[in-house]
Amino acid sequence: MNDLLNLLIGLAMGLNLVALGTSRLPALIRVAALQGMVLGIMPLLIENEWRVMVLVIAVATVIMKGIVIPALLRRAMRTANIDRDLNPLIGFLPSLLLGAAGMIGAVVLARRLPLLPEHGESLLVAGSLASVLTGLLLLIGRSKAISQVCGYLILENGIYLFGLLLIHSTPLMVEGGILLDLTVAVFVTGIIMDRIQRAFDSLDTRKLTVLRE
Amino acid sequence: MSSILEFLARLAVWLLLAPLLPGIINRVKAWVAGRRGPPVLQLYYDLARLWRKGVVLSTLASPGFIAGPAVAWVAVLAAALLLPLGPLGTSLSFRGDVILLVYLLALARFCTAWAALETGSAFEGMGAAREVSYAVLAEAAVITAVLTLSMQSGSLVLSDMLVPAAGTGAALLAVGLFTVLLAENCRVPFDDPNTHLELTMIHEVMVLDHSGPPFAAVLHGASMKLLLFSVLLVQAMVPVGKLPESAAVAALIVGVLVVTVAVGLVESLTARAAFRRVPLLLTTAFLFCVFALLVAWKGGTA
Repeated sequence: MNDLLNLLIGLAMGLNLVALGTSRLPALIRVAALQGMVLGIMPLLIENEWRVMVLVIAVATVIMKGIVIPALLRRAMRTANIDRDLNPLIGFLPSLLLGAAGMIGAVVLARRLPLLPEHGESLLVAGSLASVLTGLLLLIGRSKAISQVCGYLILENGIYLFGLLLIHSTPLMVEGGILLDLTVAVFVTGIIMDRIQRAFDSLDTRKLTVLRE
Repeated sequence: MSSILEFLARLAVWLLLAPLLPGIINRVKAWVAGRRGPPVLQLYYDLARLWRKGVVLSTLASPGFIAGPAVAWVAVLAAALLLPLGPLGTSLSFRGDVILLVYLLALARFCTAWAALETGSAFEGMGAAREVSYAVLAEAAVITAVLTLSMQSGSLVLSDMLVPAAGTGAALLAVGLFTVLLAENCRVPFDDPNTHLELTMIHEVMVLDHSGPPFAAVLHGASMKLLLFSVLLVQAMVPVGKLPESAAVAALIVGVLVVTVAVGLVESLTARAAFRRVPLLLTTAFLFCVFALLVAWKGGTA
């Protein structure tokens, strides 16, 4: 069970690097969606007994992160009618290397943290730190608003992964609430992006710093 | 006496079997494209033809123009002889031989680039510059892969090192090494061996002015390098050393064939990557090797 979990977390960490290395917006959205789905099925692996609530949360996470949110993002991309290149502020190669260095750092750090023995062998903490770092890198290093939303989603995935450590003690209602918030946030961002597009004719967030009448 | 015979047999295997691989790759490509394709033995015919031809020398070229391909060929052959063949082992094995292997390959590349510069042609200088700049990235990946293998086995001797770990580490290493194989042997995502547009060639442009026997040495050396990397890849993935002798040899041959067919398929199904993308691809290969190293290191201490 633990091996399978580590394999999935390893997959999610690999997807982080794909997200940093890809130069296309649809690919980035697909990677974020896939990562959300991979993380979504993890509660089923961690929980020992199958409760209905866990199942509901897992299914809801997979549907929301894997289908609904990407669909919202794709719609925003279509209506904003932007080109699909990402034109990064931090180049693909440096961000890939930074991401990899962050990932190694996360693994090393996670081994040094005084974790509970039951979490010692799993990659949960390392994966979560790596995803948070990747999300931050994407937020800082990409100029388009949609790619920043993807960065935000990956950042949230990292936090969700960290939350899985506490799955036995937090009520799953909290997870459900976060999921709802996330969906609403992406929904609202879609509307905001539409407004940005109308006001500035571009989704480049660098232009938002320019004051004009 | 028997050791000398064995050495000669080993030499013959490397020398005679190597030109088969490009033929198989071309056959796979032809098959995917629905053509009949050149005969599998085409490179042997080419080598024989080149061997009978004369050499055209540039007036600028120093003896280095002939010496370069010769030294490169000998270096690749020496590197190949260091590589163990499963349970048959090597004829020469000592502590740190893997470092010699890496350096022999670097020497071969240096000599090819040197001979390319000897011609005084701008194109070949360009090709040499490209080849060397890709090599910087590819070598980082090779050295990381070597480090991973030595970390797994706790040894610096090639014949002990090529005992693969099962699972994730081996898979990561396989992807990394395969990408390096494509880059080092100038196969498709990095270079197109069939192209004759000067602006896009890499390896081909370096050897554009070579002719006759030196060119035969270059071609044969390239095919030996391909065989060397395939054998290395197979042995890093499959525990051939633990199988009985006949099974191991069979596994090695099948493995090399699988790698060759995979190269042919990659070549048929993907296009050559743009120059800008190549460093990204090679860095990805390097990262695969780094993560294999990480898995080996973690597995070693946990």
